Amino acid sequence: MTDSEKTLKLTVNGKEVESAPGEMLIAAAEKAGVLIPRFCYHPRLEPVGVCRMCLVEVKGPRGFTLQPACYISVADGMEVLTDSDKAKKAQDGVLEFLLANHPLDCPVCDKGGECPLQDQTLTFGPGESRFIEEKRHFEKPIAISKLVYLDRERCIQCDRCTRFAADIAGEALIDFEGRGGSLHITTFPDKPFASYFSGNTAQICPVGALTTTPYRFKARPWDLEQVESTCVSCAVGCQMVVQSSENEIVRYLGIDSEAVNQSWLCDKGRFGFESVSSAERIASPYLNGASGVVETGWSQALDAIAKTLKSAEADSVAVIGGSHMANEDVYTWVKFAKGIIGTDSVDAQLDDGLDPKVVALSDRATIQEATQAKLLILLTGDLREELPILFLRIRSAAKKMGLKILEISQSESSLTGDAAVSLRYFPGHAEDLVDGVLGAEIDPGLYSGDLQAARALVSSVDPGSVVVVGGRENLAGSSLDPERAIAKLLDTLAGAKFLSGLRRGNVNGAIDLGMVPGFVPGRVRLESASDSLKARWKSLPSKAGRNSKEILEAALRGEIKVLFLLGADLVSDFGDSALAERALSKIPMVVGIDTLTNRTTQYCSVVLPATAFAERHGSTTNIEGRVSILGKKLVGFALSRPEWMIAVELAAYMGEDLGFEHLQDIWEEIQEVSPLHRGLSISVLGAPSAKEGIVVPLSASKVQITSRRVLDPIATPGITSVGVSGPPSSSAALPGEADMVFTGEAYSPARSKLLDLLADKDGANPGPEADNFALVVSKRLYDHGVEVLSAKHLSELVSPSKGRVSPRSWEQIGLNGSGLTRLQGNGASIELELIQDPSLLDGVVKVEFDGALGEVSKLFGVESSTNRVKMEKV
Amino acid sequence: MSRFTKEMESRAHQILALYPERRSATIPLCHLAQEQNGYLTEESMIQIAELVGTTPAEVLGAASFYDMLHTEPVGKYVVGVCTNIACLLQGGEELLSHAEEKLGIPTGATTDDGMFTLEDMECIAHCDHAPALQVNYRFFGPLTNDSFDTLVDDLSAGKLESEVPPHGTLSRVQRKHPIAVPLEEIVRHRRDSDAKEGERLAAKAAAESKEGSN
Amino acid sequence: MPLPPLKIVSARAKDPKNVTLEGYLANGGYQGLRKAVLEMNPEDVRDQVMQASLLGRGGAGFEAGRKWSMLKKSDIRYLVINGDESEPATFKDHMLVEADPHQLVEGALIAGYAIGAARVFIFLRGEFALGFERVQNAINEAYEYGAIGRDIFGSNFSIDLVLHPGAGAYICGEETALLESLEGKRGFPRIKPPYFPAVIGLYGQPTIVNNVETVANLPWIVKNGASAFTDLGGGRSRGTRMFALSGQVNRPGTYELEMAKNTFRDIIFDPEFGGGLRPGRSLKAIIPGGVSAPWLGPDQLDVVLGQDEVAAVGSMLGSGSIIVMDDSTCMVRAAWRISKFFARESCGQCTPCREGGSWIEKVLNRIESGAGREEDLDLLMDLCDNIVPGVSWPPQQTTICVLGPSIPSSVAVSIKMFRDEYLTHIKEGGCPYD
Repeated sequence: MTDSEKTLKLTVNGKEVESAPGEMLIAAAEKAGVLIPRFCYHPRLEPVGVCRMCLVEVKGPRGFTLQPACYISVADGMEVLTDSDKAKKAQDGVLEFLLANHPLDCPVCDKGGECPLQDQTLTFGPGESRFIEEKRHFEKPIAISKLVYLDRERCIQCDRCTRFAADIAGEALIDFEGRGGSLHITTFPDKPFASYFSGNTAQICPVGALTTTPYRFKARPWDLEQVESTCVSCAVGCQMVVQSSENEIVRYLGIDSEAVNQSWLCDKGRFGFESVSSAERIASPYLNGASGVVETGWSQALDAIAKTLKSAEADSVAVIGGSHMANEDVYTWVKFAKGIIGTDSVDAQLDDGLDPKVVALSDRATIQEATQAKLLILLTGDLREELPILFLRIRSAAKKMGLKILEISQSESSLTGDAAVSLRYFPGHAEDLVDGVLGAEIDPGLYSGDLQAARALVSSVDPGSVVVVGGRENLAGSSLDPERAIAKLLDTLAGAKFLSGLRRGNVNGAIDLGMVPGFVPGRVRLESASDSLKARWKSLPSKAGRNSKEILEAALRGEIKVLFLLGADLVSDFGDSALAERALSKIPMVVGIDTLTNRTTQYCSVVLPATAFAERHGSTTNIEGRVSILGKKLVGFALSRPEWMIAVELAAYMGEDLGFEHLQDIWEEIQEVSPLHRGLSISVLGAPSAKEGIVVPLSASKVQITSRRVLDPIATPGITSVGVSGPPSSSAALPGEADMVFTGEAYSPARSKLLDLLADKDGANPGPEADNFALVVSKRLYDHGVEVLSAKHLSELVSPSKGRVSPRSWEQIGLNGSGLTRLQGNGASIELELIQDPSLLDGVVKVEFDGALGEVSKLFGVESSTNRVKMEKV
Repeated sequence: MSRFTKEMESRAHQILALYPERRSATIPLCHLAQEQNGYLTEESMIQIAELVGTTPAEVLGAASFYDMLHTEPVGKYVVGVCTNIACLLQGGEELLSHAEEKLGIPTGATTDDGMFTLEDMECIAHCDHAPALQVNYRFFGPLTNDSFDTLVDDLSAGKLESEVPPHGTLSRVQRKHPIAVPLEEIVRHRRDSDAKEGERLAAKAAAESKEGSN
Repeated sequence: MPLPPLKIVSARAKDPKNVTLEGYLANGGYQGLRKAVLEMNPEDVRDQVMQASLLGRGGAGFEAGRKWSMLKKSDIRYLVINGDESEPATFKDHMLVEADPHQLVEGALIAGYAIGAARVFIFLRGEFALGFERVQNAINEAYEYGAIGRDIFGSNFSIDLVLHPGAGAYICGEETALLESLEGKRGFPRIKPPYFPAVIGLYGQPTIVNNVETVANLPWIVKNGASAFTDLGGGRSRGTRMFALSGQVNRPGTYELEMAKNTFRDIIFDPEFGGGLRPGRSLKAIIPGGVSAPWLGPDQLDVVLGQDEVAAVGSMLGSGSIIVMDDSTCMVRAAWRISKFFARESCGQCTPCREGGSWIEKVLNRIESGAGREEDLDLLMDLCDNIVPGVSWPPQQTTICVLGPSIPSSVAVSIKMFRDEYLTHIKEGGCPYD
């Protein structure tokens, strides 16, 4: 038994309470049902003990003395009084002090109705104030960023926001200014609180000092309806509540899920809700013909598609997209495409990810395993830009638990400073550098960093305790190089686990459920499809299909007759946008199923409106393989329908029956045909105790599901109750709140070496060249993607893409002062502002992807394994 | 241009080298910036943040805590009249009122010519010279209204430039010596000497117990 | 009659040449350090200090030798000298750093040797500009003299010493706030536990924080031996002590007196020292030991100036300051000014201190300016009770550091001792002394 498992006994108000060593008194008391009032204490922040609201009497050698319950660790035999006259007097005194200078503007305060100060005043406070002096005054709310307002008069100096900014987000852009009574929160002049995580400060603010712009004066808490859900703006799968008022989403709040987001959300996730009510929403089906846009009904549209489909060869039909869809949609579309139409050319990725074999056939790590690994190897893009909350988790593990990180990348990332060793490779040479780390010789011109230290680091740990985070750092380079590098690491380090760095909402679920060429649901290769699947499916594709890039290339050759785009804005999001546009215009029927019009819709002959997030039930899968629920709060917009229903009806128009009437029909079939999901019944998924989601496969290890921590309404103002929502449960009895242990049947994806499954590298792979720069195109959180652009406040945060070169390359191009540079590549030429980045190797230019602007994507073709550009000063 | 001049920047690096952790140089560098510019400009705070490895907000957060660091321009001479208890008992408040009259500004303000800023100070530890004041942290006292007027006139006339440098110059004596022994070397020394001390103490304890048993 | 003063730390203070190395050497300087590093082992120095039972001179009066013995074993440990003297009416360190800077340097180096510090920092109050120049000059000279740096005085002991300027914040005199400030942050006192910097201090390493006057005693103790030191004083209070006498006395100043041998009456009225009050004035109250200490009345003039003796009458010897108030002084005004000091100097972390301090200041200001109400006295006492339950002394702590609990004492004691004066303010709608 380790120390942390030992049980201590203490008495709180005469009642015996059990606790564990290291636990704070305030938390132990809370578990025993004794709520000690508090403001500065937050279970996810380091205690500071400054507000003094939680003073209680603790017996010590000199009798009972007042101690802050948030800063006292429990001890065996401890005696505590939280409601003695003396404790009450002290707490009342603190509350009165806090209210002395607090303005009386509750009626116009966004926090009114969910304010810990207001609530605790009503519960514990005095009736009338004895403070008759002039209150402190500050200029009323000031915008400290485009998303956050600060009202310094309301602030009670609890230090929550500043602790969050400095300790959790690692960006102390806000801090206390002044001293004593004039102590107040500030930003530095002209340096706003531009953090990707700023919204969290408003969520944890125990008063109305910090409020978010999109929510200001939008609603009163008592008018809000709410449902729990999972954020899908990236693939971390943050647990959150969706709050609405009058069928409009007004706010998302992070839920304290121990396994995933530990109560935090990134701003892109938190404020993305504005896109749901965007004016760009598609209201009804329409046809895009020679005569322009013609609105139509669902039946005409579906009938037209079904007719074309029936006459098309299976091979000439393809599906791209779906990474944002719910698991149920994914499964239905995979069954429709592969089982009814018979095409395997189905790809949820837009050539911006990894070969599904690498992802689907490796042993998956959870976020917790990654943060507790003996060594975490990063071979992925900047996680802060791509999977922001995963970045927070890893950063905090590195800072607080000493997680050792080996970073292998083409440029510095937000975690470089926390890495034990960070190595750079020249684009196209990840595999060579991994070989080098594993002991082989490597051309010193192809990398930088302390290779010896990296070797020592890797050989110092048990390979089985290594976790590799693998993703796609460079959109412009071939994916084969990072894929082979990741495969080598996983093959060589026996027992090492893989955590997907793929970022699109449900891309990992899409891969799990076969929405990639060569697979069927359950991470099963097409050729190994099980009998149970064959029994449920009409047929299977006769041959392996194409991925997105191959589909578009086939389209150029006239081989694609029907293309379904499931929420895929190819023109904006596909790296080689020129290829996408040429290909799309060659396809006779492009069916766009989407929530928002975008740059690709104009190429669609039929456009069908899909329901958006929060308008439908379902489930999603995160990077860990954690299946969690999507809550429904809104009525679907106009004539929109969930994607699974569209597939079911389309099949019906073709005279086929997919066999689904309800979501639960789909889950039952998934559970039956997918070995990965076996044991995960809808009743388990919908159980109150499973709201953190459930990691598949259940059998990979014994999966213990415990109740999520009780929501602390004071720690997380705004979340008042826990509404259970999700797919309607079957008649089976719901498991209770008690801990449940699942042990599903043994599941292990049969595979040989991953590397054997990947293609060989073709031919020469050049290193640095004098005036031919290797191009690295990276993703940003606030890109020019349609989700960001259609959310009003997020769209204001998008800045022009910048380029970066090493100081030597900067000189070589002849830049001084201004960095304006002309970049030429792939037959195109663009102008960009360059800045110096000492972390880059010479001869490399790193450019931020600009999505719908479509400038950067002109520079590179997907054909080339390393894209090169020429640069000249403008 | 209120970033450090070349000379000041080299002094900044000498200061940074005195501390095991560079953030410790924050306040000394704020003083240095005040020595150059008279007060702490935004550009200085940004540069200090770069030098000590924090954010500008953290430099402002620290600087604004301290009374001697001014983030707004102040006069060439900051006159701080002590009104704390010992001076209060000897007429500190009356002296402050007189100072307001003489300088023609309220406490906290700066004269139009940029010569004087008047401050109400907490105890300056010159209580045996109450009522006392500081000009740019140089002590004067005990003062009467007349001697205060003379002091201000002398300052205005430039008669006290050798005693009182312009605001911001904390010390006219610079440290001459860099760190002589690197911390790593010291740590090795201490480890050795601790080990030797341990042996000595053990030997002593053994000898004492032997004595005791005899 | 007081005993003739035997001076230890202020022995050379009157000699203007003493501020230079030459003058200090002529006065016998650096013999203690020389003896320590060349003839003594570190543990011998620690033993001497332990035997001398040298009480810390910063205010808390904790035994220096015991403090050193609590230092956690660690490869890196630091010594920080607390020269942030800001306690109102305390000005002994001001005198010591300006008049005898080398003594401070020597004492700091002896302490550094005794505890095996990896580096010594002298944190000097920013407002001591002249003191800073003198100590910096002394450090420069000491490096050149071979007293600081590599292999000092040819021994194999090496150490560096850094003079660090404060920037104006009373709270940095609190040792954990001082460490925060030295780390480049706001001077927010650290929450306890850990209870002592000797366990976790500067940069998370074990650290000893000693007051200027405390280490200024070390050269003498090492040179003359612990028993010479314990021959002086009485009870737990040994050696001498710097007293800072101020307020309405004829001869305010710093006086080094043998510990526990003199009374308040001696220091205030003896012609050698305070020289009594102005003609025709009588004593109204004394504030001993700093403004956090409860006041004493004329009936307590014969209390002996020793740590335990002053504690026994419900106050403290503290930093060795003594403020004398005669019958021309308004007690409401005095209490208000002290509360204003605490309100201004609160770091702002803890609610009771930040909010309570400024609330009390506002109420006292209102009473002094004539807008007081009778119920304000009960309000004040209750606000004090909310900061220090029971308004006890020594105070029960409801805040991270002792600044907050220091607020009530002058308020409560002035109301207790001079309630009628408060009521006069309230009834007459103004200050009778104006």
